[in-house]
Amino acid sequence: MSAARQSVAVDAPLLNVEHLTMRFGGLVAIDDVSFEAAEKQITAIIGPNGAGKTTVFNCLTGFYKPTVGRLALNHPTAGTFLLEQMEGFRIPGKAGVARTFQNIRLFGAMSVLENLIVAQHNKLMHASAFTFGGLLGLPRYRHAEAKAVDLARYWLDRVGLTGRADWDAANLPYGDQRRLEIARAMCTQPVLLCLDEPAAGLNPRESADLNQLLTYIRDEHRIGLLLIEHDMNVVMGISDHIVVLDYGRKISDGSPEQVRNDPTVIRAYLGEEEDEELPPEVAADLAANRD
Amino acid sequence: MTAANDVSAGRVTAKPLDYPAVVKECGLTALVMFGLAAGMVAFRIRDVPGGLEIATRFGSVVAITVIGFFGRLAMVLLREGRPFPVLVTALPFAVVMLAALSASRFVEPETAALVEGYLPFGDVVVNWIITIVAFVLAGRAVWALRHTGASARTVSDREEAMDAFAARIQRMARFLGPVLLASAIVLPLLAFAPNLPFLPKVDRRLLDIGILVLTYVMLGWGLNIVVGLAGLLDLGYVAFYAVGAYSYALLATHYDLSFWVCLPFAGLMAATAGIILGFPVLRLRGDYLAIVTLGFGEMIRIILLNWYDFTNGPDGISGIARPSFFGLPFLRKPPEGVETFHSFFGLTYAPIDRIIFLYYLILTMALITNVFTLRIRKLPVGRAWEALREDEIACRSLGINPRNTKLTAFSIGAMFSGFAGSFFATRQGFISPESFTFIESAVILAIVVLGGFGSQIGVVLAAIILIGLPEFFRELQQYRMLAFGAAMVLIMIWRPAGLLAHREPTIRLPEIAKGKSRSGGDAAEAAP
Repeated sequence: MSAARQSVAVDAPLLNVEHLTMRFGGLVAIDDVSFEAAEKQITAIIGPNGAGKTTVFNCLTGFYKPTVGRLALNHPTAGTFLLEQMEGFRIPGKAGVARTFQNIRLFGAMSVLENLIVAQHNKLMHASAFTFGGLLGLPRYRHAEAKAVDLARYWLDRVGLTGRADWDAANLPYGDQRRLEIARAMCTQPVLLCLDEPAAGLNPRESADLNQLLTYIRDEHRIGLLLIEHDMNVVMGISDHIVVLDYGRKISDGSPEQVRNDPTVIRAYLGEEEDEELPPEVAADLAANRD
Repeated sequence: MTAANDVSAGRVTAKPLDYPAVVKECGLTALVMFGLAAGMVAFRIRDVPGGLEIATRFGSVVAITVIGFFGRLAMVLLREGRPFPVLVTALPFAVVMLAALSASRFVEPETAALVEGYLPFGDVVVNWIITIVAFVLAGRAVWALRHTGASARTVSDREEAMDAFAARIQRMARFLGPVLLASAIVLPLLAFAPNLPFLPKVDRRLLDIGILVLTYVMLGWGLNIVVGLAGLLDLGYVAFYAVGAYSYALLATHYDLSFWVCLPFAGLMAATAGIILGFPVLRLRGDYLAIVTLGFGEMIRIILLNWYDFTNGPDGISGIARPSFFGLPFLRKPPEGVETFHSFFGLTYAPIDRIIFLYYLILTMALITNVFTLRIRKLPVGRAWEALREDEIACRSLGINPRNTKLTAFSIGAMFSGFAGSFFATRQGFISPESFTFIESAVILAIVVLGGFGSQIGVVLAAIILIGLPEFFRELQQYRMLAFGAAMVLIMIWRPAGLLAHREPTIRLPEIAKGKSRSGGDAAEAAP
C-alpha cells in the first residue's frame, strides 16, 4: 500500500480526521466530522446513542469505506497512512490501529493465551516463513514464538489474567473478557488503540481498574488512545481531550472542562426546555389547553 | 395402588400422579406409533407368481401401538419416581419374550412354531429389539429402586455427570491414540500368524475393511481441517476426492506414469480445485457456504459424467495401474525381465501381499495427514483458522487476512482429499462418477461431526463406528442401516458436540505447563 503512505509532516498529530462523512443510502450517519487525536493522549468520543461514534471507529479500522473524508494516521516510524484507502485487514498490521468491540469479540473456544498469540499473527507468520519453516520446526520460528509468549505474558500480568491463561476465553467473567480484549488489541503493538465502550457493564471497582489500565497504556506505552464511552466517570476522569458527536455532527471539541460546561453538549444530553423551542403561537396554544 | 408401591419402594414420592396427563401423554405416543405403523408396516407389496399382491400386517400395527403406549407409560413412571410397577411388568414381559424367542432350542419344533405364532412380530430381529428394550427398562427400574431419589435427578445433574464422564474418556483418549496406532500397525502382520486364541482371523476381508476405514479416517482428517478447524461447512468434499482419483487415473492410463509420480500431481490438482471453489465463496458463511459447496460437489460429478471424451463418462476408467512397491510390482507371472516384489525378496507369491502393502500405504498417508494437522494447529496459520471459526470480524481487526486464511484451509483440506482419491483409484483399479456421489460427502461429514469437531482421535472412532461396524455386520442386512441411524441418534442425545469434543490449547505458558503457577492462579481466584 505504498500509495497510501506518505512522509510524516513534522509535529503532525497521530490521527487527523478531516471532513469524514459516511452515508448509508439516504441516511447520513456521520456528517463532515473533523478532529485530531494526539499520541500519548486519551481522546474520548462521546455523544448520545446513535450519534455515529461506532461508525467513526468502523471507518478508522476499515470496516466501512467513508463516503467522503481523509483519515491520516501519522505513524511515528513508518510514515503516514491514509486509512480510507487501505484494505481493512491491513490497517492493524501496517498502520498500527487496533480496536476493541462494543459487544466483546473474543475467540471464545480458544484459550486466553491463544487469543493473545493470534493477535501476533502477522509477526509469527513471517517468522514461520509462511508456515513452511514452522512445519520443519526451524529455530527462527521457535524463537519468535517464545518472544510472542513473552509479550502475551506481559499483558496477562498487566490485566491480571496470568492465572487463567489456559481458560477458554468464553468462560471468563465479563470484566475479565473486557480486559482480555484490550490486552489482545495491545498485543498487535499498535500506535493507536480504539476502545469501543470499554467500561460498558463493568461495576465501579472494575471501571476504576480500567481507568488505571488505560492511563498506564497511555503513559508507559506512549501511544494514542481513542475512546468511545458513556460512563462519565471514566470519560471525565482520564480523557485529555473530548469530541462530542450528536446526530452525526461534531458539536463540541476540547478539554473535559470545556466540554462539561458547553451549553450545546448539555442540550444534546439533557434536552432543551420545552418552551424555548416551540414557536410562540404553539406555546400559547399549549398553555391555553393546559388550563 | 401407588401408595402400596411407595411403601414397598421404601420412600414417599413427592407428588401424586396426574392420571389424565399421563394417559394423554401415553395416548399421544400410541397415536404417533399407530400413524407411523399404519403407513409403513400395515401394508406390504409381495411378489407372488402372476403379479404383485398386497399383504396386510394388522397384528404388527396393533402390537406397535400397544407397545408404544406401555413403553411410554414405563418411561413416565420412571420419570415420576415410581419404578416398582415398571419392574413388575417389564421384567416378566422380557423374560416371557426371551423364553418364547429361545423356545426352539428347548422344545419340539411343532411347539416352538406354536409359541412363535404368539410373538408380537413376524420378524425375529424386531422381537429381539423389543425384548432388549424391556430388559433395559427393567434394569433402569432396578437401578432407580436401589438409588432412592436418584431417578429424580434434574437435567443439569445428568449433564454434569455426562461431562465428568466425557472428561474421563478424554483422559483415556491420551492412551487410546497409541493403542489404536499400535493395533493398526500390528493387524496385517497377524495374517501370517497361525490361528491365535482370542484374536480374529486376519484375512483379506478384514484387511479390506481396514483399508476402507483408513481411507475414511484420512478423508475425515482432511475435512477436519476445513470444517473442524476453519469452521467452513463443506458439503462438497467428495469433489476433491474425485479430482484426485481422476487425476491419477487419467495420468496413469494416458501417460503410463506410476502411482508415486502421480500422487503429488493429484494432490496439486485437488488443491487447485479447492482454490477455484474457495475464491467465489469467500464471502459466504454457514448455510450459504454449505449450499454452494454442495452445488460444487455435484458440478464436478456431473462434469465427470458428461465429458465423455475426457473422462469416459459413466463407463468410468478401468485398468488403472496398481501401485508398485517402489518399482516392484505385485504380480504372479510377471512379463519377461520384470522383477516382482516376491522374486526380489525371495518370497513365494501370495495375493495378500498386495493388500497388506495397500493397507500400510493408506495407513502411512493417513498418519501423514494427522501429523501435518497436529503440527499446523500449533502454527500461526492453524491458530488463524481456529480464530476465523470463532470470529471473522475480530480476525480482521487483528490484521489477519481472512481471504488467504480461508483459501489455505480449503486448498490444504482438498489436497489431502486428492491424495486419498488417488489411493482410491489405485486400490480399485476402476473409477466412475458413481463413486463420488453426495452421500460420500455426507458420510465424511458425519464422521467429523460424530467424532467431535476438531478432534483427531474422535474421527478415528467415528470412522470405525460408521464405516467399520456396518461392514462387519453385513449379516444384519437391512437392520444395519437401522443400527446406524440408532447409533447416530443416541450419540446426538448423549454427546451432542460429538464423541470426543474437547479442545486442548495449542500453547501454554511455560510455568503453567509445569503446574507450578496453577496453585498461584487458584489463589488469585480465591482472593476477593
